[in-house]
Amino acid sequence: MSLIAFPILFPFILIIILLIFRSDRLSRWFGPIGTGLLAMLSVYLLVLVREHGVIALQMGGWEAPFGITLVIDYFSALMLVVSSIITFVVAIYALYFLTARIRLNRFFIFFFGLIMGMNGSFITGDVFNLFVWFEVMLMSSFVLITLGRTKDQLEGGIKYLALNLIGSLFLLAGVGLLYGKTGTLNMAHLAQILTTDDQAILMNTSAVLFFVAFGIKAAVFPLYFWLPASYHTPDVTITSLFAGLLTKVGVYTFFRFFTLFFVHDPQFWHQLILVIAGFTMVAGGMAAAAHYETRRILSYHIISQIGYMIMGLGIFTPLAVAGAIFFTLHNMLAKTNTFLVSGMINKVRGTYLLKNIGGLYKEYPLMAILFIIPAFALAGVPPVSGFFAKFILIKAGIENGNYGITAVAVLTGLLTLYSMLKIWNEAFLKVQPHNEFEKNTIQKLSFMEYLPSVILGAASILMGVFAYYVFDFTMEAANQLLDTELYIKTVLKGYQ
Amino acid sequence: MNSIILQIAARYLKWILIVFAVLALLRGHNHPGGGFIGGLMAGLAIVYRSFAYNAFQIKEELKDRPERYIALGLSVILLSFVPSLIKNATLMTGLWFTIPLPFNEELKLGTPFLFDIGVFFTVIGVTLMFVFSLTQKSQP
Repeated sequence: MSLIAFPILFPFILIIILLIFRSDRLSRWFGPIGTGLLAMLSVYLLVLVREHGVIALQMGGWEAPFGITLVIDYFSALMLVVSSIITFVVAIYALYFLTARIRLNRFFIFFFGLIMGMNGSFITGDVFNLFVWFEVMLMSSFVLITLGRTKDQLEGGIKYLALNLIGSLFLLAGVGLLYGKTGTLNMAHLAQILTTDDQAILMNTSAVLFFVAFGIKAAVFPLYFWLPASYHTPDVTITSLFAGLLTKVGVYTFFRFFTLFFVHDPQFWHQLILVIAGFTMVAGGMAAAAHYETRRILSYHIISQIGYMIMGLGIFTPLAVAGAIFFTLHNMLAKTNTFLVSGMINKVRGTYLLKNIGGLYKEYPLMAILFIIPAFALAGVPPVSGFFAKFILIKAGIENGNYGITAVAVLTGLLTLYSMLKIWNEAFLKVQPHNEFEKNTIQKLSFMEYLPSVILGAASILMGVFAYYVFDFTMEAANQLLDTELYIKTVLKGYQ
Repeated sequence: MNSIILQIAARYLKWILIVFAVLALLRGHNHPGGGFIGGLMAGLAIVYRSFAYNAFQIKEELKDRPERYIALGLSVILLSFVPSLIKNATLMTGLWFTIPLPFNEELKLGTPFLFDIGVFFTVIGVTLMFVFSLTQKSQP
C-alpha cells in the first residue's frame, strides 16, 4: 500500500533528477514521460479505490490520529486522474509553446513541484499536512509566474504571492484554533469528534477562518482579486496549467472540509455558500463580458465557473455534490483547453488582443474546431461535457427548492455563452484587420502543436458522450463524501 | 554597500553561525532545533556574507550553488526513505541503530536524522535562492 504515497514521491524523485542533470534535452523527455507515468498511476489508484472503497496509508507506521495519514477516496482519485491528464497535456504543450527565454529544465522542476503540492493536497488526511502542501504549491506557482522575469510578471507574481500568503495565514490560524479546541488535526478523527459532539457549534470560529482561506485559494466572490491580477502575465503554458489546477485544489478542500467535519451548522453555512456562489458566478461572468483580451476574458471566466462548483456544495444533496464534482472535472479539462487555444492564437498572430485578431477560421480551421469544443463545453451545449454538468446541478437545485441560485446559474450560462461567442466572432469569424499582426511568420502549426488541445477536446467529448459512466463515478464520490462512515473507519480503524 | 567593518564581522560571524547551525541540527530530534532551523541559520551565514560584499559578486562565486544544495538535500531525504522500503515497513518508518562509543557512551543514528540532514541542506539552498532572486534585476 506504499503506492498511495507515490503521487507525491514520484514528482519528488523527478525533481531531484532534474536538479542533478540540468540539461534541457533530457528535460524534454522527462516532462511528458513523467506526467504520463503519473497519469497511469492515478488511474491504477482509481481502480484500487473501486475495489476497496477508501484506501489509507499511515506514514511512518504511526497509527492515526497520531501520525500523518494519506487517504484516497473516490473524490481524491478522480481529481488525481483528471489533474494528471492535464499535467500530461501541458507538459507536451510546454515543449512547443514555452518562450525560448525560459529554460525547459527550470520550468519542469517547478512544474513537478506544483504537481507534488497538488497531489499532496488531494491525498492528505491531515489538516496541517494540507497546509504544508498548499505552501509547496504556492511557492512553485509563484516561481512559475515569474519565470519569464519580465516586469509585469514580477508585478503579477508579487500580487499573487502576497494575497495568497494572507490566505495561508488564515488557514494557519484556523488550524491553530482547531487544534486548540479538539486536540487533533487528523481529518477523520475531527469528523468523529465534531459529528458526535453537541458543542460543535463552537467550531464556527475556525470554520470561518478556513472558509476565508479556501475562498482565497478557490477565488470565490469577494476574495478573487489575486486571480485577474496575475493570470494574464505568465507564459500561456503556465497560465493554462494554473487555470486547470490551482483554484480547483481550493474547491477540493472546500468539499473535503465542509462535507467531512464542518457539518454542524448547515442552515448558516449552506446559505452563505449559496449566496457566495451566486455572486461569484455573476461577478466573474460580468467581468469576462467586459474584457477584450483572451487571457483576461478566460481568467475572469475561471472565477465565474468556480461559482457552479461551490453551488453544488451549498445545495448539499447527493445529486448536487455529484453534479459539482462532475462540473469540476469537466471544467478542469475545458478551461485548460481554451487557454491552450489562446496560446495557439498568440503564436500565429503574436497578440492576445481581440481587436487585432481575425480571420482565423479561414486560415486555421482545425484551430477553430479545437476552440469550439471547449467553448461549447463551458457554455453547456450538448453533447459536450458541460451540458450534463450544468444539467445535473440545475436539476439538483430545482429538486431541493433552491430556485434563486438555479436561476442565477441558468442566466450566468448566457453570460458564458456571450463571452465565448465574443472570442469566436472576433478571433475566428471577423476579417483580419490591417495591422502589424496581419503578416505572421508561422504559417502552419505542426501536428504536435495541436495534439495537447486535441487530447483535451477528445476528453471533453468523451466525457459528454459517456456522461452516464462518469456520472456513476461522481455519484459514488458524492455518496462517499456525504456518508463519512467508511472514511472514518478506514483511517481510524476503530480508534475512539 | 562596501563597509570594511561589516566585511570583517561577516568573516567571523559566518563560522559562529555555522557552528550553531550544526549544533541546532544535531540536538534537533529530542530538543528544540532541527534541520529547518539549522538550515536557516547556515543559510543566513552565507546571506550575511553576500550582503557584506555584494550579492552579485557572491553569486558569481557560487555559480549554481543554491540549486546544488537543494539537489543534495532532496537526495538525502529520498535516501532516508530507502531503508524503510527495504525492510518492507510503511514508508518513512524511523529505523534506528546505535554505535557504541568509548566511556560508556553511545551514538544513536537513524533515518529521521538523515531526513533532518536533507532538510538542512534543502533549506540552505532555498534561503540562498530566495535572497539571490530578490537581488536580481528584472529584464525589460
